[in-house]
Amino acid sequence: MPGEEAAAGSAPQLLTGWGRTSPSACDVVHPQHAAEVRAALQTAPPRGGIARGLGRSYGDAAQNGGGLVLDCTGLRSIGSVSGEGLVTVGGGAPLDDLSQAVVPQGWFIPVSPGTRFVTVGGAIAADVHGKNHHRDGSFCRHVTSMTLALPSGEVCTVTPEDGAELFWATAGGMGLTGVVVQATIRLLPVQSRFLLVDTNRTRDLDETMALMEQGDEAYRYSVAWLDLTSRRSPGRGVLTRGDHAPATALPASSRSRALDYRPRTRLAAPPWAPPWLVNRLSVRTFNEVWFRKAPAERRAELQSIEAFFYPLDAAAAWNRVYGRRGFLQYQCVVPFGAEETLRHIVSKLAAAPAAPALTVLKRFGEASPSPLSFPIPGWTLAVDFPAARGSGLDAVLDECDRLVVDAGGRVYLAKDARMRQDLLRLMYPHLDEWRKIVRRVDPHRRLASDLDRRLDLTGTRRARKQG
Amino acid sequence: MTDALGRARSVLVLGGGSDIGLAIAGRLVARGTRRVVLAGRHPQAMAERARDLQVAGADVATIPFDAADIGAHEKTIAAAFADFGDFDVVVLAFGVLGDQSAFEQEPAAAGLAVVVNYAGAVSAGLAVAKQLRAQGRGRLVVLSSVAGQRARRDNFVYGSSKAGLDAFALGLSEALRGSGAGVLIVRPGFVRTKMTAGRPPAPFTSSSEDVAAAVEDALDREATAVWVPAKLRWVFLVLRLLPQPLFRRVAARSARGEHQ
Ligand SMILES: Cc1cc2nc3c(=O)[nH]c(=O)nc-3n(C[C@H](O)[C@H](O)[C@H](O)COP(=O)(O)OP(=O)(O)OC[C@H]3O[C@@H](n4cnc5c(N)ncnc54)[C@H](O)[C@@H]3O)c2cc1C
Ligand SMILES: NC(=O)c1ccc[n+]([C@@H]2O[C@H](COP(=O)([O-])OP(=O)(O)OC[C@H]3O[C@@H](n4cnc5c(N)ncnc54)[C@H](OP(=O)(O)O)[C@@H]3O)[C@@H](O)[C@H]2O)c1
Repeated sequence: MPGEEAAAGSAPQLLTGWGRTSPSACDVVHPQHAAEVRAALQTAPPRGGIARGLGRSYGDAAQNGGGLVLDCTGLRSIGSVSGEGLVTVGGGAPLDDLSQAVVPQGWFIPVSPGTRFVTVGGAIAADVHGKNHHRDGSFCRHVTSMTLALPSGEVCTVTPEDGAELFWATAGGMGLTGVVVQATIRLLPVQSRFLLVDTNRTRDLDETMALMEQGDEAYRYSVAWLDLTSRRSPGRGVLTRGDHAPATALPASSRSRALDYRPRTRLAAPPWAPPWLVNRLSVRTFNEVWFRKAPAERRAELQSIEAFFYPLDAAAAWNRVYGRRGFLQYQCVVPFGAEETLRHIVSKLAAAPAAPALTVLKRFGEASPSPLSFPIPGWTLAVDFPAARGSGLDAVLDECDRLVVDAGGRVYLAKDARMRQDLLRLMYPHLDEWRKIVRRVDPHRRLASDLDRRLDLTGTRRARKQG
Repeated sequence: MTDALGRARSVLVLGGGSDIGLAIAGRLVARGTRRVVLAGRHPQAMAERARDLQVAGADVATIPFDAADIGAHEKTIAAAFADFGDFDVVVLAFGVLGDQSAFEQEPAAAGLAVVVNYAGAVSAGLAVAKQLRAQGRGRLVVLSSVAGQRARRDNFVYGSSKAGLDAFALGLSEALRGSGAGVLIVRPGFVRTKMTAGRPPAPFTSSSEDVAAAVEDALDREATAVWVPAKLRWVFLVLRLLPQPLFRRVAARSARGEHQ
């Protein structure tokens, strides 16, 4: 029969995260409806299944070696926006599609990560944060309801009031509580597709931090780009802060097109790059240019949504510039008061045996009720590194983990690809609460991912025998 | 899971009392491996030798495994994966060198050595490959030898078993393409271990630690084969092409005791 081959499944596919490290072979299915998600979960092989969005998590969260991967990008419906700004969307809908649909109607997504190519399900599963976390909190704060396909085959809808436990366990739960097939999000009203942005160039880390401490509260959005490769002043940077521009801020001639949002991808990275392309010299040169290009101080500059939120999206597949070995991002948060630790980590990373490429610093506000959500009030630092194996980078990052843990902070699971298992519990003190809920909704462990196996997130993968 | 920086989380050594196997495990543990399972005929002796690994922070377990008991391989290896979870690296380290002149007196002994070195490695290797395929990732490290590159008069039983093993491992590496799993073939020259104890060192002699360092590096590079020391690759490129009379003379000269 012609359909037989498809039913038996096609060849396994090698999947990685955005960092292009640690591939594993997975059987990939492409459900188009909640019913197909249910069916896939119920027939999942012994190694289980996991949802995947646009694969923008850096590590191994959205892959499942030897098991099933549910590519959810077929669940991309986008409903109409209600008067209060509520919109119901499919779990696989890209935030890009959503914002292109709603900006022309005067709404914007409440939390934007640094790329618009993430799905609603991925944004929920990592409880993503944006430049407005200090003000507006993480993504799931703005989710009013989620519809989940549970491993049992049941489909249920949870809200922060009704089924709150499962709602918050799914927020930041890395896909291990169920598949988000639909969610309702509360949007933010905007008058234009522009932002009014203030920029400050800073001399060093202390000045960057001082400026952020003093002024962040006055802005909805704030983020600092740091240069860790400058020999004279590591931690110098460019701080950009702003808010959505009212229509009146635009020149009269363009006000009629104030909501005319059509982001474009202009460049593409070459499909192949030598692994040495991103090195200390090339990063330093790039940083120098970037730093000099920024104004010492500029106020109320109009910047488009795509320039302000998604500068990296201007180049498609830019993750390839790191070559065959791929790259990783180290993102941690340390609580306010642990500024000494932050400085210590910055100096360690600046001196790491691999080039600290893109570096970003921002301040988090209140944590969400989710047991596994990453943001806690404090400083978050994210640094990209080429995945230089055998270079000693692993030891440096382990040392940073220790500093982070000792300060009461944690590492972001959506970015992690190398953390040691034993620190998980120390970083996420509510881990056991979360595991209890996982055991309840998924007693037979039908959901599983490489991340889960690597860190034993669900606490079910300990060896049956001890030595 | 082998992580983004190439650190294996758990390792299985078949022939867990092997000097080279333990040196490789030690290297990986220093890098961050947390679990080591040693499989071999003498669990007690292996457990004693595992102390260093434990001190370095690994959980070590031992399981009984006999390379000559081919009928039991699939079950033993499947049980190891079921009991201890995924393995990122499996080292196929068992092997016997034997004594060429004794083999010539006692053909059955030669046959048994070949069963361990080749037939046992084939069945254990395929049983491991099945598990690695099922987990969609992982590396099988096969201890071949330069002795298999061109058999000499004074080691051709051992050499021919390693020649078979090497060809098998190359084929397996092809078979695993696209599966997420892979093979690393290790071709050492003379290595100072208990296998070669008492034999005079030959040219290009190395230590277990040298082999382990080369394996670690080759795993990082995702290489299919590694020679220890590296220059043996070029030496054997030439040796393999020599006409037999010439090779005989070269072999005789270096065979002041070289038996790898
Ligand atoms: C350039 C860049 C910038 C970034 N900036 C930020 C940032 O500023 N802030 C931030 O928080 N993150 C940031 N990220 C990380 C990214 O937002 C998260 O990793 C996000 O989860 C990716 O979404 P995705 O759809 O690609 O999901 P994937 O990467 O495919 O999956 C991520 C996780 O979500 C789960 N998942 C996916 N879909 C579903 C579903 N339908 N139901 C249940 N679980 C699901 C997966 O199982 C997996 O655990 C950035 C990433 C990149 C590449
Ligand atoms: N040393 C060298 O010069 C050299 C050079 C090239 C390649 N190699 C290869 O490297 C590998 C490791 O050798 P090594 O130098 O580390 O020697 P080793 O210390 O003697 O290790 C060989 C191991 O194989 C085990 N073994 C033998 N027969 C077995 C069987 N039937 N079942 C299970 N285990 C069995 C031995 O276990 P017991 O302790 O139970 O006997 C021993 O632990 C071997 O494959 C060898 O051929 C060695």
